[in-house]
Amino acid sequence: MVESRLARYGLRLATGATLAFIYAPLIVIALYAFNERRTQTWPIKGWTLDWFGKALDNPGVREALLTSLKAAAGATALALVLGTLASLAVQRYRFFGRETVSFLVILPLALPGIVTGMALNSTFGEVLGIQLGLFTVIVGHATFCIVVVYNNVLARLRRVVRSIEEASMDLGADTWQTFRYVTLPATRTALLAGALLAFALSFDEVIVTTFTAGAQQTLPIWIFTNLSRPNQLPIVNVVAVLVILLSFIPVYFAQKLSQESAGGVPAAGGAR
Amino acid sequence: MRPVLRPLSMSAATPTLPAPPATVGRRLATFLFRRPKLQVGLLLAAPLTWLVLAYLGSLAALFVAAFWRLDPFTSEIVHDYGLQNFRTIVEGDVYRTIAFRTIGIAAAVTVADMVIAFPIAYYMAKVASPRVRGLLIVAVLMPLWSSYLVKVYAWRVILQEEGILNWVLSPFNLSGPGFGNVATWLVFTYLWLPFMILPLYAGLERIPRSLLEASSDLGAGGWLTFRRVVLPLAFPAAVAGSIFTFSLTLGDYITPTLVSSTQFIGNVVYVNVGVANNLPFAAAFATVPVLVMVVYLALAKRLGAFDSL
Repeated sequence: MVESRLARYGLRLATGATLAFIYAPLIVIALYAFNERRTQTWPIKGWTLDWFGKALDNPGVREALLTSLKAAAGATALALVLGTLASLAVQRYRFFGRETVSFLVILPLALPGIVTGMALNSTFGEVLGIQLGLFTVIVGHATFCIVVVYNNVLARLRRVVRSIEEASMDLGADTWQTFRYVTLPATRTALLAGALLAFALSFDEVIVTTFTAGAQQTLPIWIFTNLSRPNQLPIVNVVAVLVILLSFIPVYFAQKLSQESAGGVPAAGGAR
Repeated sequence: MRPVLRPLSMSAATPTLPAPPATVGRRLATFLFRRPKLQVGLLLAAPLTWLVLAYLGSLAALFVAAFWRLDPFTSEIVHDYGLQNFRTIVEGDVYRTIAFRTIGIAAAVTVADMVIAFPIAYYMAKVASPRVRGLLIVAVLMPLWSSYLVKVYAWRVILQEEGILNWVLSPFNLSGPGFGNVATWLVFTYLWLPFMILPLYAGLERIPRSLLEASSDLGAGGWLTFRRVVLPLAFPAAVAGSIFTFSLTLGDYITPTLVSSTQFIGNVVYVNVGVANNLPFAAAFATVPVLVMVVYLALAKRLGAFDSL
């Protein structure tokens, strides 16, 4: 043991404090969702479940939730296809500009969201003349979701030995059969983890969405516009809890999947 | 590798498999098998079309737009090229102040995140049991990318005049920072903390236990080992984490909008593109964070941060 007893106590204490710091604001906002009054003063005087019903009956919330789910599903599907294709090319072949592909995939997430949003906004609006709406949101989200799928699948492909694919080919399977019966099952959990993370990332995005959504409202955009309306704040609190749950659950399962099959952290974009 | 096929000493009547039916898919697979370059081309066609044409193309168009200008009378974009937008940014005190304020806060956020992230990352990497470590990774990872806006909103509620922070501090005759630069710094520090913890954890985990033991066997105390062994080895990982804390702060405009009234680079860009409709100026100002990041990334590369990403 290198660390002294005192040091270990200190580390444990600091770890607990950091976790408390990370989760306290989320707990506070969850408590406010049960607040009887419309004002946001602390301490909370009375408790109620009414706002949950009111939030679910709110047409704006319902529509925004639906838009968010559609956008996240569309972006995830596109990112899955594009990210998998790119990772297969980079992992299985040697070619000129291979490093550049990795760089290019990470770029949309590494650059400030406002730059990506502005660039796509002016391309859609002035160059292509496309009406901003659900379609443009999906395109924008897919652009920065590709990297999540790409990183997860790439990490998995590195561990799937090439020889089992060769064995499949030697046994008479063609390229498609090998992909379908060997490569796909071996990378399935990585694909799922990547898809879950991409879904959470898209579901939660604000900045690129602001620039690509036009009149459409996703759930985060709905929250942002309603923050300035004191009357709506109780419903905003409930929606906030909803968003926390809907984005924590996919990330949790993605992590579980990666830990079970790999014993590691899922490749969370550039963070790993 | 081509396996050497040897005739097995089997009976003469070795059953042979029937040749697979020559379907279109099969023929295509055979055709592609001998052409690996074509395979790569087909695999990359869609993702590269997307990223190069749609994304890089848009970025390039945006950069070109930075050299245009807005006619002050008609508010129309005039397509003649010049450096006037950049001159405004460099010469105008307002924009210089905003740029330096943003970079200063980004630096302060990075330092705070390094200090807060180190103990928990060290605990995860070197002290915790494998089970606890797994739980901690999930606990840190879950808030990484989820509910960004909700978190900022939560801090707005906490920091407000009659919020929980002032209520907690009032018995000690203290009060919270209120809305302003300190609040912005605090919220950014909070938001990007997981982005620092995870690379730092990965970096610390790679330090072999035996190095720490060797240092302690040679007579170094905990503090000396920390300073002379752990810190230098973990430094590239901290720089890797700082890429995120720095770049995410530079481009954000939601947090300053919600917990402060001072302007940051992101606010100026947002107002110019969304309200004032001055895309050329917004594009020009947006090159500031991109340039800062290019310099930062080059520095980080020299410090070896990319090996620990």
